[in-house]
Amino acid sequence: MSDALPPPLPTTSVLLAVRGVKKSFGATKALKGVDLTLESGQVLALIGENGAGKSTLMKVLSGAHAADSGEMSLAGVPYRPNGPLHARALGVCMIYQELALAPHLSAMENILLGIEPTHGPFMNWRETRAVARRALDEVGLPDLDPATPVAKLSIAEQQLVEIARAVAVGCKVLVLDEPTSSLTQKDVQALFALVRRLKAKGVAIVYISHALEEVSSLCDRFTVMRDGETVGHGQVGTVPVDRIISLMVGRDVEDLYPRSPRTPSAPILELRSLAGQKAPRSAGVMLRRGEVVGIAGLIGSGRTETLRALFGLDPITAGEIRIHGELVPPAGPATRWAQGLGLVSEDRKTEGLAQNLSIAENLTLSRLDGLGPWGLVRPSRQNAAAAPWIKAFPIKCQGGEQSVEALSGGNQQKVAIARLLHHDCDVLLLDEPTRGIDVGSKAQIYAWIDRLALGDAATGKAPKAILVVSSYLPELIGICDRIAVMTRGELGEARPVGDWTEHALMLAATGQDRLT
Amino acid sequence: MALLGRLAALAAVYAFFAILTPSAKGFMSDANTQLMLQDIAVVAMAAIGMTIVIIAGGIDLSAGSSIALSMITTAYVLNLGPEGGKLILAHPVSLPLVAVAAAAGVSTLIGFINGAMITWFRIVPFIITLGTMQMVRGFAKLVANEQNIYPPAEVQDLWVARLLDPSKTVLTWPFLPMAVWLVIGAALFTALFLRYTRLGRHIFAIGSNEKTALLCGVPLARTKILVYMIGGIFSGLAGVLFFARLGSIGQPTEAIGYELFVIAAAVIGGASLLGGRGTILGTMIGALIITILRNGGVKMGWPQYTQEIVMGAVIIVAVAIDNLRQRQRS
Repeated sequence: MSDALPPPLPTTSVLLAVRGVKKSFGATKALKGVDLTLESGQVLALIGENGAGKSTLMKVLSGAHAADSGEMSLAGVPYRPNGPLHARALGVCMIYQELALAPHLSAMENILLGIEPTHGPFMNWRETRAVARRALDEVGLPDLDPATPVAKLSIAEQQLVEIARAVAVGCKVLVLDEPTSSLTQKDVQALFALVRRLKAKGVAIVYISHALEEVSSLCDRFTVMRDGETVGHGQVGTVPVDRIISLMVGRDVEDLYPRSPRTPSAPILELRSLAGQKAPRSAGVMLRRGEVVGIAGLIGSGRTETLRALFGLDPITAGEIRIHGELVPPAGPATRWAQGLGLVSEDRKTEGLAQNLSIAENLTLSRLDGLGPWGLVRPSRQNAAAAPWIKAFPIKCQGGEQSVEALSGGNQQKVAIARLLHHDCDVLLLDEPTRGIDVGSKAQIYAWIDRLALGDAATGKAPKAILVVSSYLPELIGICDRIAVMTRGELGEARPVGDWTEHALMLAATGQDRLT
Repeated sequence: MALLGRLAALAAVYAFFAILTPSAKGFMSDANTQLMLQDIAVVAMAAIGMTIVIIAGGIDLSAGSSIALSMITTAYVLNLGPEGGKLILAHPVSLPLVAVAAAAGVSTLIGFINGAMITWFRIVPFIITLGTMQMVRGFAKLVANEQNIYPPAEVQDLWVARLLDPSKTVLTWPFLPMAVWLVIGAALFTALFLRYTRLGRHIFAIGSNEKTALLCGVPLARTKILVYMIGGIFSGLAGVLFFARLGSIGQPTEAIGYELFVIAAAVIGGASLLGGRGTILGTMIGALIITILRNGGVKMGWPQYTQEIVMGAVIIVAVAIDNLRQRQRS
């Protein structure tokens, strides 16, 4: 595809140039060849699906990771940062989605953290305040007292303080990672105005975003990443949005996704206007035995929160949950398991699995009955209960006693899903079931999802109902029967998969479908 | 493997003192062995409960104070009644049982309060139990009226005072003081409990990863409160043993800092303060190492400061070796 677009031409005013940068983590190739150029006073949009490698690229730019190969240059000289502090000293600053401020310190202390002006060993508070004042004025916070603790500021103000930190060191390249994801419309406009001011001063800006409307209104050029590679460049406005989306998603992997013909039967789970504390604002969906329903949407749109509220991990503030047609009150996870629901967490490292416990222990934790006489739990029976799943999935390990932390991501994820099968749940709630795992494990998990939704008359296994949250659109289109899109806390109607394309899902997720 | 390493360390510590202590000091004498057994019984009993708390990812700094309060409670109950008309004289069989029940009850209540405050206020166990450590110590002094409690001399002949009495000779039943048998029984029971009950598996799960446990429907609040209550029971029983150890006296200023020996026993035994890891058998070995170190240091004629320096170094070295081995394995 990239042959249709002109390769980036080296120009005299190039400030930052990245050529053929590669980075692997073990066997995972996170970056397979990244090229980009950036001029002073230019805003470059870096776009790509989740997992395309944008975050890894940022970490390489900031010096948090060293590239395995490839070259970077800044203002014509080789650029090899050995850490974020070094990068900052050279004038390359990052603003991550997760803000990196010390909440108990004041705005000025945060702005000058690590580069405090001093008299000998003592803080030079007058200078600190003056530098912070200038930086805060520049980012559009002229009324903010520099001595205010950061924890007292709104998210938007905190973000500006973090940008002020970059401004205070005279940054030449500013990288913003999805900066609008947690801002209100008004704050977004203020941020855009700031980006334009910085641009006018000659700062080069890398703007990472999903929202193509933002890109078209703010950026000069764009670079598209997919699967760890840059697959296209261009001038914003000269390339149609459709073309950019095609570049982002373009791939052909039909066989990966088995989808047997199946007929959904009785409704088993229904949500009506479910609302949580922050998200979701309103989620309604109906799930039947024998079907796979997908929820698409951007990170932060409230998809995970919907599953968590449903499963009793987060409080419910409004709405109804019906299981087998019966209205059920809000309840904790223990009750949900008992009602036949099971959840696979999006975060298997810190929530999904107890890393230093064994496979068998993790797999049987939600259901320890029937593993010994008088309600006792015999470790040998736990292992015996885990063994068939280890064999059937298959989970590559030395046995049920092996601790989970030694397994690969894919095998860990299989343990997390096998827990639901051991429990024999009717409804499987899968949050990002294939995130960060190898393609072989993905294929096995897709096959299992298909098998579970189909059921097995021979062994009397009734079809399951499966709800999948995923940021990976080909996967949703490949395995789901119906897909709903979540946008800013609102879950749209679940329409048959045939009605969707990746393009349409992307438009709906970014809110573009409402503008056109 | 880890168990063999710990047993080797125990043997090394014992051999160190056995060889280096001047024979006149009698480190290996029957009298000193009996003395060590008494100390081991108290530390080991409390350490069983502490191990459960630590496996669940918690810590109980109030254990030493709970030992003191249950010791005071035991003495207080045995001393009930007016001068000359003490209840214990009329009820020599039932009152000691009441005393033990009261001691265990008080410390279980402390455990309940610890667990409830940790779960309801969502404050880390270190802080909550740091607070209750002070409060419980205060209550012990309050109940004792800031004095030692001396129950009537007749108590000396009752079973509750003789729990730690040495057996007549080494080769006749019961071979060891009754309390040591009690500890062995309690350790076995607890080890089986942790391994074979649903609650036991839940305790490991909570300590290993609380979020996973919640996701899997483990009742967090109830389990945590139970864990601290179980820890409390063992502190209470250790308090009863301490009462016997002191010669049937209730001393409100005793067992200060004891929680540190108890925690050290669990940690030397392989329990992880991050939770999810620990064994009762390991803790028992840890209790033996701690007690032999303390006793051996005295017998060697080491000044107090040397004992403290050595004790601290042994704890750090033991855990460092453990960590190294863990890292090598993974």
